Amino acid sequence: MKKLFVAVFFSLLSFAVAASVGNAPAMDHIEPDINDKASLQRGLALYSDYCFGCHSLKYARYERTADDLGIPHDVFMEELVFGDAKIGQLMNISMPSDQAKVWFGNPPPDLTLSARLRGPDWLYNYLRGFYADAKKPYGVNNVIFKDVGMPHVLAGLQGVCAKPPVFGVEKAEAPQAGNAGASACAEYSIEGTLSPREYDEAIYDLVNFLEYIGEPSRAESLDLGRMVLIFLAFLFVFVYFLNKEYWRGIH
Amino acid sequence: MQKLINWIDERLPIIDAFENHMSKYYAPKNLNIWYFFGSLSFLVLANQLLTGIWLTMSYTPTAEGAFASVEYIMRDVEYGWLLRYLHSTGASAFFVVVYLHMFRGLMYGSYRKPRELLWIFGMTIYLCLMAEAFMGYLLPWGQMSYWGAQVIVNLFGAIPVIGDDLSLWIRGDYLISGITLNRFFALHVVALPIVIIALVVMHILALHHVGSNNPDGIEIKKNKDKNGIPKDGIPFHPYYTVHDLVAVVIFLFVFCGVVFFFPEMGGYFLEKPNFEPANPLKTPDHIAPVWYFTPFYAMLRAVTISMFGLPAKFWGVMVMGAAIAILFVLPWLDRSPVKSIRYKGWISKLALALLAISFVVLGYLGAVPTTAERTMWAQILTFVYFGFFILMPWYSRFDKTKPVPERVTG
Repeated sequence: MKKLFVAVFFSLLSFAVAASVGNAPAMDHIEPDINDKASLQRGLALYSDYCFGCHSLKYARYERTADDLGIPHDVFMEELVFGDAKIGQLMNISMPSDQAKVWFGNPPPDLTLSARLRGPDWLYNYLRGFYADAKKPYGVNNVIFKDVGMPHVLAGLQGVCAKPPVFGVEKAEAPQAGNAGASACAEYSIEGTLSPREYDEAIYDLVNFLEYIGEPSRAESLDLGRMVLIFLAFLFVFVYFLNKEYWRGIH
Repeated sequence: MQKLINWIDERLPIIDAFENHMSKYYAPKNLNIWYFFGSLSFLVLANQLLTGIWLTMSYTPTAEGAFASVEYIMRDVEYGWLLRYLHSTGASAFFVVVYLHMFRGLMYGSYRKPRELLWIFGMTIYLCLMAEAFMGYLLPWGQMSYWGAQVIVNLFGAIPVIGDDLSLWIRGDYLISGITLNRFFALHVVALPIVIIALVVMHILALHHVGSNNPDGIEIKKNKDKNGIPKDGIPFHPYYTVHDLVAVVIFLFVFCGVVFFFPEMGGYFLEKPNFEPANPLKTPDHIAPVWYFTPFYAMLRAVTISMFGLPAKFWGVMVMGAAIAILFVLPWLDRSPVKSIRYKGWISKLALALLAISFVVLGYLGAVPTTAERTMWAQILTFVYFGFFILMPWYSRFDKTKPVPERVTG
């Protein structure tokens, strides 16, 4: 009977795992590290400079973000918050969404939950997936999000790739910490200020930040979870012997 | 203390109640691990009620505010993320333990006389639980909440003549809207919990009246000592309370592992499209119900032919309804002279194994997009599922059985 129970449990589990593997396009894989505060801070800086003009983080608050990333409030307000926003406010933007719809076809989406919706790999590849396409209004297309309405905002940093970049192929170096090994882009039609490797690292930081902002409770959850499981493991010893003691006379 | 208890007991029979249901409720001494899932369902129910109450304190049941209020709970409410994950993981955990609890009943014939009503109360709880989970899933107001509800409510539209009006009546609007959200909220937090609690009370009262079945499927009440206590029975308290405590700790270990480390469970407990607010103008590419509904969803999609001038969708809905309805009459389908699978023959064992396999595989097929091959498998397995029940009056009667012992065997 025990075997049957175990078999049923694992068949349910493996069914869940098997179903979660879809046939998505090939992508470079990254492991986000939400405990790497330096990376999160660089990601926030990049977000603030390049993304925050159009993409709000309207479910998150400045203060929580500053505290979680270890940035003093005065520095945070001075360097990263524009206009007259207060530190306790939600991270909204001033771009009116009806105007934005006219400019881009669709208003730029809020990105608070983008990492939970798309997954970090999708974001990492998407932001490295732009290439020159003269047929598009902004002169670029994207291999991950075909015919996307967004211009290549980071072209100044990356440059513009002449041909569609190729992802998910085996790289010489392990794709750790934002280093996808050799660049996915073979040839640039416009050079950027960053080397391919520096750009990959910058995007890793940005995605890492989005991963954090999607679920700011993650770090606390992992810490608390560890303690809860240790407590339950201890408790198990006691309830196990309590049960054994009571049942000693039952045959 | 004793004085206080006496004072109360003279006015309310608390000692009597405790004895009847705990210290002098005699349960068979040979209950195995399959018998933990009843108490665990009770534990999960308590978890859902408590976390639900606290979530309600910060949740906004409007189309404009629902999604943001869930993120507010996740970010700004102290331990709000924990309450939310306990509740969302609890929903899935509820179905895990209830499915295992039901499978236990199928294995050991716990639905057989004199426990027919006990089984029917249990099935009614399961039915209410499905309604409760379905309505609760709309509340975060994400894309999958919205479109899942849209698909399921539209199923009622397949019923001839009254269908369209019926789904309109359920929604309260021409499409899922804030009006639907409001009524689902009312039903989810008030109406259905009351019904479920009442049914759980009936379920337990009926159980304590007829007594627990056991893995041998024999009645311990037939063998009593001179004090009228079943020879194979032991008091529920303290023996099964300390026993269940072990199960509770093991269960909580797994449960908390999910809550703290994998609350999305790879997109199966919390589906990824639900991290985007509901958008009535944008249909997701692939709409899948949460995993605990997928076996029935697969049966719905398995029906592809129109019959008697009625569309396939209508027959799909009928098949889906019948898949649940047939469980209610199970006590009268089983004609075997023995209750427990231990003493049934190979046909019954095979039938039960096929039922379990078909249910799990249908669950998988209901979660993935259809292809011609998958639809064919869903059709075959739907027949297997129904075969277990419809053929039961014959195979259970003719199947060879082993002799049942007089006393429980441990």
